[in-house]
Amino acid sequence: MPTLTIDDQQVTVDQGTTILDAAKKLGISIPHFCYHPRLTKVDACRMCLVEVKDAPKLVTSCSNAVRDNMVVFTGTPKVEEARKSILEFILINHPLDCPICDKAGECKLQDYYFRHSRQPSRFKDYKVKKHKVVDLGATMVLDSERCVVCSRCVRFCKEVAGEENLGIFNRGDHSEIGTYPGKKIEHNYQGNLADICPVGALTAKDFRFKCRSWLLCKVDTICPGCSNGCNAVVHFTLRSFDGIKGQRVFRLTPRENNDVNKIWLCDVGRWGYSFIDSIDRLTTPALKKGEDFVKSDWDTVLRETASGLKTVVERYGPSAIGVIPSPHLTNEDLYALKCLFSCVLKVTNIDFKLPGLDKGEGDKLLLKADRHPNTRGAELLGLSGTGLSAEAMMEKVKTGEIKALYLVGSDPVKYIGEKAEEALSRAELLIFQGTNFNASCKLAHVILPGATFVEKEGTFTNYQGRLQRINKALEPLGEAQADWEIFTRLGKRLGSYPSYKYAEEVFKDMAREVAPFTGLSYQKIGPQGIKLTLPEGKS
Amino acid sequence: MPKPILSKNFGKKNAHSLGVYIQDGGYEAMKKALTEMKPEQIIQEVDKSGLKGRGGAGFPVGKKWSFIPKEAPKPKYLVINADEGEPGTYKDRPIMECDPHAVVEGAIITCFAVGIHWAGIYVRGEYVKSIERLEGAINEAYAKGYLGKNILGMGFDLDMVVHRGAGAYICGEETGLLESFEGKKGQPRMKPPFPAIVGLFQGPTVINNVESIAAIPHIVKNGGEWFNGLGAPGIGGGVKLFPVSGHVKKPGIYELPMGTPLREIIYKHAGGIRGDKKLKAVIPGGASAPVLKPEEIDVPMEYANLAKIGSMMGSGAVIVMDEDTDLVKTLRVLMCFYAHESCGKCTPCREGTGWMAKIIKRIEKGEGESADLDTIVSIANGIRGRTLCPLGDAAVGPALSFVTKFRQEFEDYIKVGAG
Ligand SMILES: Cc1cc2nc3c(=O)[nH]c(=O)nc-3n(C[C@H](O)[C@H](O)[C@H](O)COP(=O)(O)O)c2cc1C
Ligand code: SF4
Repeated sequence: MPTLTIDDQQVTVDQGTTILDAAKKLGISIPHFCYHPRLTKVDACRMCLVEVKDAPKLVTSCSNAVRDNMVVFTGTPKVEEARKSILEFILINHPLDCPICDKAGECKLQDYYFRHSRQPSRFKDYKVKKHKVVDLGATMVLDSERCVVCSRCVRFCKEVAGEENLGIFNRGDHSEIGTYPGKKIEHNYQGNLADICPVGALTAKDFRFKCRSWLLCKVDTICPGCSNGCNAVVHFTLRSFDGIKGQRVFRLTPRENNDVNKIWLCDVGRWGYSFIDSIDRLTTPALKKGEDFVKSDWDTVLRETASGLKTVVERYGPSAIGVIPSPHLTNEDLYALKCLFSCVLKVTNIDFKLPGLDKGEGDKLLLKADRHPNTRGAELLGLSGTGLSAEAMMEKVKTGEIKALYLVGSDPVKYIGEKAEEALSRAELLIFQGTNFNASCKLAHVILPGATFVEKEGTFTNYQGRLQRINKALEPLGEAQADWEIFTRLGKRLGSYPSYKYAEEVFKDMAREVAPFTGLSYQKIGPQGIKLTLPEGKS
Repeated sequence: MPKPILSKNFGKKNAHSLGVYIQDGGYEAMKKALTEMKPEQIIQEVDKSGLKGRGGAGFPVGKKWSFIPKEAPKPKYLVINADEGEPGTYKDRPIMECDPHAVVEGAIITCFAVGIHWAGIYVRGEYVKSIERLEGAINEAYAKGYLGKNILGMGFDLDMVVHRGAGAYICGEETGLLESFEGKKGQPRMKPPFPAIVGLFQGPTVINNVESIAAIPHIVKNGGEWFNGLGAPGIGGGVKLFPVSGHVKKPGIYELPMGTPLREIIYKHAGGIRGDKKLKAVIPGGASAPVLKPEEIDVPMEYANLAKIGSMMGSGAVIVMDEDTDLVKTLRVLMCFYAHESCGKCTPCREGTGWMAKIIKRIEKGEGESADLDTIVSIANGIRGRTLCPLGDAAVGPALSFVTKFRQEFEDYIKVGAG
C-alpha cells in the first residue's frame, strides 16, 4: 500500500487510489466538476488539478493514481491560480443568473467561485448563445448556457440508467447537451440528473422555481416508494413560502448507501412524496353521518372506536374482528397494532397481504415490484397467517361473520375491487386509519387520521432484511397522529397497554419480544441501517 | 542532392499501380521481413533508424511498437493516421495518391513485426483521391496474396481497411481518431491508459502517421543504420518531407535530411521569398508550432533543436510570411481555426480558444483595448499544460508567440485601429 504526503500530512491508501480520494481520506476536498465516484472518469473539467512534486505540469487528481512517496500539494499559489483560471473560463459564457437559478445555494460553480476566485470578470465580448428551457423529457429541463459540459448526465444515462438518448452536440464553446433527434429521456432515474448536475443546467420540473435551496431543512429518511428502502433525504420548509400554499415537502434526494441504493433514487420513489401535503390528506378525525363525514375530535372517535370494538368482542368474540394493516406502516406502528389486537383483544384475523400488493413493475436497478417499504417487517412481525387472509375476511364480512373491520392505511377496494367494495359497505363497523382518503376510506364509519413517513419516527425493514430508520421532519398535518400513538391511546381504553410516548419505546419493547430485532436499538441501527439476522429460510 | 526515397514516386506515371510499384523494387522489403527476419529484428532495425513519428509528436516509432504487449486478451490493431489536419501540412496526401503501395507494404511489415492481424487507415474525408488510390492498392494487394490469409505462405494473416473521416482536426489526435474510428464523436480519451495498452475497440493499438509507415519498407530493405545516416551529420533520423507554403517562390514538398537548417529550406530549396521581399515570420512545423522571427531561422529542422528555441518540429510544415503579411489577421485566422476545431471536452481549450478568437477579432476590427494583449497572454497561460489533449497547447503556441514576438504590430492595431 503506497504512502504519500498531501499538504504535509501522510496517508497510506490502497494501490490504485486516486490523489483526489487519498486527499478526501485526510479531509482535504479538491474541487471538481466532471468527476463522480459512481461514473467513469473523463478527465475533462480540469478543476481538480494539483501540484505533484517533480512533475512538470499540474496533474488531474481525479484520474491519477497515487504512488509511494508521492508529494502532493493541493493549495499552492500555482494550484489556486489554475482553479481561478478554470473558473474564469467556465464563467465567461455562463449567464450569471444565480438570482433566478434553482441551483443557487447548492451550486458547485457558485461555491467554488466564492472559495477560489472572487475576481471580477475580464470578459468583454459576446457570450455564446445556447438553448434554454429545453424539454428533455417528462421531468427534466435543460439550460445549456449554465452547463459546464462535465458530461455527468450523459454518462449517468448511459452507464447507470442504461439509456443512450442524451449526448453532447457541437464542438468547442458551442458544445451543448441534448437528446438525439426524436428521442427524450425516458428512464426511471431522471431525478438523479438534477442531483448530479453540478450547476443549474438540469433542473427537475417538479422543483423548478418552487423554493430557494437555502430555505429547505433536511432530514434523513427512507424512500417509502418500494421495498428496496433507498436511503434518502427529505427537503422541507417549516412554513410555506411564496404562495405555494400548503406545500411543505419539496423534494427527496438520495443519500449514499452502497449496500442499498448506491447514491441514486428512482423517479417513482423520488416523486412519490406529493401525498404528504395533498388535498386528499386526512387531517381531522371524522365520523360518518348518513352519507357524509363530519369532523369530530380525537376523544370522540377514540371512544366510538373503543366501544365499537369492545361491543363486537363481547357479543361475538374476537373472531368477529378483522384487521388489515398496510406494509407502508413502520415496524413500530405494526408492533403497536399487534399488541393491541392480538394481545389485548385476542384478534387472530390480522393480514396485511392483500392480493397483488407486490405486483407493481420493478426494474433491475432499484425499484422493486412490491411498492411497500416494510413488507419484510410486517412478515417478521407475523402480521399474516395467524387467522383469515385478507381476502377471506372480505367473504366473512359479507356473510356477517366479521362485524368490525379495521383498516390501517390499507385499501382493499384498490386491490380486490368490487368484491371488497360490497363487503366493506356491509360491515357493521368499518374503521379507517390512514393518511389519505381512498376508495375504502370512503366506506368507513370512523376515520382516524394517521401521520406520513416524514411526520414520525420509526423503522422499515427492506426486502433484504435491512432495518433502517426514518426520522420525523415535520409535525403531522392537522390533527393527524402516528399510528403507534393512536394504538397506544386506543389500547389504554381497551385494557392494559403500555403508555408509549416515543416510537423508540415501542421499538425497545419490540426488540425484547421479536427475535430478529433482539438486542437492537435506534443507536445501533445508525444512519446506514443494519442487516437483521433472519430466521432460517427467511433470508 | 541525394536520390529521393519517400517522394520518389511523386508525379511518376502509374506509380500507384502494383505493377509499376513492383518493377521498382516494391514489396521486396515485405518479402525480406516475412521470410528472412524475426519480428524483434524488424523492431530493432526501426529503432536503429532513428525514425520518429511524422505525425507531429515525434515519438520514436520502434519504441512505440515495443510498448505493445505480446499477449493480449483482445485483438491488436494498427491504425494509420491519415487525417492530415494540421494547417500547412500536405505531405501525406501525395504519398497516398502516388505511392499507396508504400503505405500498404509498410503496414504489412509493421503488423508482422508487432503481431497484428488487422490494420485500418483513417483518411481525412476530403482526400477522395487518396481514398480511391488506397482502396485500389489494398484490392491489388489482396489479389496478389499480400493481404488476407497466409501471406507469402508464411502463415501470417492480415486484413486492411480504409476508413473515411468526416473532417475534424481533433480526429487527427490519436485517441480522438480512435473514438471516431469506433463510430463515436471524435473526442480525445483520458490517458493513461495509452492506446498501446487500450486502443481501438479496447485492444492494444499502434497508431502511426502515413509518412512514418511509408518509411518502413525503406528501412527494412536498406537497414536502420542506413536510414539514420540520411539525416544531417550529428543529427541523423533519416529524411523527411517538408511541405513549404506561403510567400516563397517555389512552394512545394521537399524531401530533405532531418536537421536541414530552416534557412536552407526557405532560401535554397523553396527559392527564397516571393518578389525578393523581406522575411517577416515563419511557422516551422504546422500551425501549432510557435512562430519564428527571421533571426531564428538558422535552426536545424529537427525535434530537439526546434524545442530548444521554444518552437516545435510538428509535422514539418513550413509556412513562410513576408514583410507585408498582416500578423493580426494571420493570428485571427489561426485562432478561429482552433476555436472552431476545439472538441469542447475540456474546459481550458473549450472556453479559452473561443475567448482568444473573440479578442483577436475585436482587435482586428479596430476595437481592441490595451489590456487585451495581456489578457490573451494570460488566457494562453491558463490553457497551457492544463488541457486533456495537445490541441489546447497547439492553440497556445501561435497565440503566445505572435503576441509576444510581434507585440508592436498588435499594439499599433489597438492604437490606430484597423489598418
Ligand atoms: C490536435 C491534433 C491533431 C493531430 N493531427 C494529426 C494528423 O492529422 N495526422 C497525424 O499523423 N498525426 C496527428 N496528430 C498526432 C497524433 O496524435 C499522433 O501523435 C500520431 O498520429 C502518431 O503517429 P506518429 O508517431 O507516426 O507520428 C495530431 C495531434 C493533435 C494533438
Ligand atoms: S484540449 Fe481542446 S481538443 Fe483537446 S480535449 Fe480539450 S477541448 Fe478537446
